[in-house]
Amino acid sequence: MALTALFFYLFAAVTVMSGLLVIVARNPVHAVLWLILAFFNAAGLFVLLGAEFLAMILVVVYVGAVAVLFLFVVMMLDVDFASLRAGFIRHASVGALVGLVLLVELIMVLATRVIGGASVAAGAAKAPAAAPAITNTEALGRLLYTQYVYFFQAAGLILLVAMIGAIVLTLRHKEGVRRQSISAQNARNPATAIEIVNLAPGQVIMPSGERR
Amino acid sequence: MFPTTFETWWDYALWLALTVGASLLLMVSLLVIIAFLLLMDRKVWAAVQLRRGPNVVGPFGLLQSFADLLKFVLKEPVIPAGADKGVFLLAPLVTTVLALAAWAVIPVGSGLVISDLNVGVLYLLAISSLGVYGILMGGWASNSKYPFLGALRSAAQMVSYEVSIGFVIITVLLLVGSLNMSAIVTSQQTGIGTSLGLPNSFLDWNWLVLFPMFVVFFISALAETNRPPFDLPEAESELVAGFMVEYSSTPYLLFMLGEYVAIVTMCALTTIMFLGGWLPPIDHWLINWVPGPIWFLLKVTFVFFMFAMVKAMVPRYRYDQLMRLGWKVFLPLSLTMVVVVAAILHFGGLAP
Repeated sequence: MALTALFFYLFAAVTVMSGLLVIVARNPVHAVLWLILAFFNAAGLFVLLGAEFLAMILVVVYVGAVAVLFLFVVMMLDVDFASLRAGFIRHASVGALVGLVLLVELIMVLATRVIGGASVAAGAAKAPAAAPAITNTEALGRLLYTQYVYFFQAAGLILLVAMIGAIVLTLRHKEGVRRQSISAQNARNPATAIEIVNLAPGQVIMPSGERR
Repeated sequence: MFPTTFETWWDYALWLALTVGASLLLMVSLLVIIAFLLLMDRKVWAAVQLRRGPNVVGPFGLLQSFADLLKFVLKEPVIPAGADKGVFLLAPLVTTVLALAAWAVIPVGSGLVISDLNVGVLYLLAISSLGVYGILMGGWASNSKYPFLGALRSAAQMVSYEVSIGFVIITVLLLVGSLNMSAIVTSQQTGIGTSLGLPNSFLDWNWLVLFPMFVVFFISALAETNRPPFDLPEAESELVAGFMVEYSSTPYLLFMLGEYVAIVTMCALTTIMFLGGWLPPIDHWLINWVPGPIWFLLKVTFVFFMFAMVKAMVPRYRYDQLMRLGWKVFLPLSLTMVVVVAAILHFGGLAP
């Protein structure tokens, strides 16, 4: 499949390039835009792998929701990159060390994959047999909602707890804030909202209701 | 129609030629149809307000959209001095290209689709969720207050209503049991009508069985495409023209084109999910003889007419009302319906 290889190199090259530009870009908004391009091309790689459901979910969740919030925050905050870069040289060695550890780990994982072919075959056997009748989506659904449904529910509970925690930490009831109550507005009628008063010429009503 | 096995370079060439030809055909007919739908939008709006609308260019003003196109293309594009030039020019392109890309998976007739993806609905959802970037980029790159405010409003609005659109789509998918757009249409051949012993008709389509979701989807589609009464991103009484303030000439044209393509895409999605796609409304030999794409076009035009009527009749929402409607009304309603529909399908033994 020459076409697949061509598209693989295209997507991979753009992903790597835009990943690099995310770090190099001077303007934070440009960095986020490059990040979006990287996500998008990663989705393209997923499609090439035959995981079209994952690809679409990647675009919907990461590009469509998470990156929009990223862009939002970066646009709203006036990030001062000069001060952020001030300690670059001082922290460069730590950063390089973290990067090196990650690189070594990646190489080790890839090496076991390539060298220990047996373990890969064992891993593939555990996955549901890719019967041609079952689509990608269906296979994922069976795995998540049937085989591992308790784990799935547990993950959902953890996310729920995290969400409630975030709300508890940030929710404040301010005093003196007038909120709109649509039902109260709709329930008003002339009888309760209007008071007709008969004033003699020259007479005024004070806010207290007293006539003068 | 398309070759599925690739052995020689000839197969690749044939596949490429057929795909490019089909895409071009779809795109050109789509753009011509949109030119007339744009005119219809203005004519309906005018008729509601007892005006004549555009009636100078061509008979009944039929060529108005083409005259507008020429005007936009021939004008001078102005790029503000403080603008981020690259992003500024990229934004309208992103909007238009993404809006047009959505049409790759929309079946206009039985088997008449560029790419019959088995995750077609998700693809549409993904592409429409990317639409917000054109607006955000345009608003930010203009380096001006009103466009920025418009872009922020638009992003918040589109993200909010995407949630309810997603849930509505899930209820339809539960009923259909497939993510394929063609399968969604063909599953509507049978439904409430046929289960009552009637012949195939418009009563089988999803709009009847999922009527509340149909209404929620229609309103969310208005909000998602920034149509009135939810056109706050470009509210001309507050923000001049929102994120498009600094745009002129062809970039403006591209923004507007992208917006209208997105609207027609939403009309097509409504047609496919709720109004039976290319299926004829009643089972009669004369009506069955009319080809499917014609029915599809008629239904899309009908939904677009409803969009135009809403624009003409409903006053604009306030921003907090818009957010309240999205998060406090539509989200709980559509989420409850997902649970209810799933429960009925499961316990009623109706799941596909």
